[in-house]
Amino acid sequence: MIDAATFWIVVPALALGTYLIRFSFLGFLGNRALPGALQRALRYTAVAILPGLVAPAVIWPAATGGQTDPARLAAACVTLLVGIATRSVIGAILAGGVTLYAILWL
Amino acid sequence: MAAFKSPFVRGCLASAPFVIVVVPFALLFGVVATEAGLDLLQVMLFSLSVFAGASQFAAVQLMQDQAPVLVVLATSLAVNLRMVMYSVAMTPHLGAAPLGTRAVMAYFLVDQSFAASQMEFERHPDQPVADKVAFFFGTVAPIAPMWFAATFAGAVVGEAIPPDYALDFAVPITFLAICAPMLRSIPHVVAAAVSILAALVLSGMPYGTGLLVAAGLAMTAGALAEQALQKMRRA
Repeated sequence: MIDAATFWIVVPALALGTYLIRFSFLGFLGNRALPGALQRALRYTAVAILPGLVAPAVIWPAATGGQTDPARLAAACVTLLVGIATRSVIGAILAGGVTLYAILWL
Repeated sequence: MAAFKSPFVRGCLASAPFVIVVVPFALLFGVVATEAGLDLLQVMLFSLSVFAGASQFAAVQLMQDQAPVLVVLATSLAVNLRMVMYSVAMTPHLGAAPLGTRAVMAYFLVDQSFAASQMEFERHPDQPVADKVAFFFGTVAPIAPMWFAATFAGAVVGEAIPPDYALDFAVPITFLAICAPMLRSIPHVVAAAVSILAALVLSGMPYGTGLLVAAGLAMTAGALAEQALQKMRRA
């Protein structure tokens, strides 16, 4: 459960911060190039965070009390493989979901 | 495409295919956020004010894990840092528009409007600024209303789903699905692998700070891998 106080601090701050990120160059920094090293690093922000965010949840799911769960592990692998093979986000989500429920149901 | 002269209409058509991605993503956010204990108003305010799916999922996941506010913010904002690149790339094309217009466009600068506009502006760089602005707003028109409507639908559905349907795993699956198509080059794969390994090794660090360290390491690894590959190609 999400604490109400946390919510009312995080969401406005996240909204403002995200807006400023979008507004930055378009709004007030204007037409200038980013240094090469910074540009290189920014290219990898999303792919540097999202896999790390889910890795512990895949290996030690909270729902099973942190015990590694074959169903969830298999679902994660299927999602990743289908996503890489088909480049389809939705296809990967569906494949992963079907795998999870199929194994849990068996 | 030449059949439609209006840049706004051409923008709509260019981003229409993205609706297929946006709708299920927003639906899922509505469901997951409701399951995490947010009410309908909170879920809608979340999607309206932040308007950046991946970071919204990240924030929900971390708040649910009881991570401290600063860690939640740092991590979710870091997910959105890629948009600095979008802002930089749009400025040569849209920077001459009036400040008020730019302020509104900044709010709508999301993955889909950026991707569609970038492609169009690279193909036809010489059109007047007013046409580029109209095209940009055209790319937003199919996306934004669907994002809000589907979030709403997801939140309503989420309130009706009992909490014991293994939905805990919806967020990991969604994130993995978003990441998979991102692994389009060796440096991206390197960054993702470092991110996973470091996050697991550092998961004992207090307050979820391990993830931030892992992200920093992964970003550096990706950038270094890119540089090394370039050197090898030149040699």
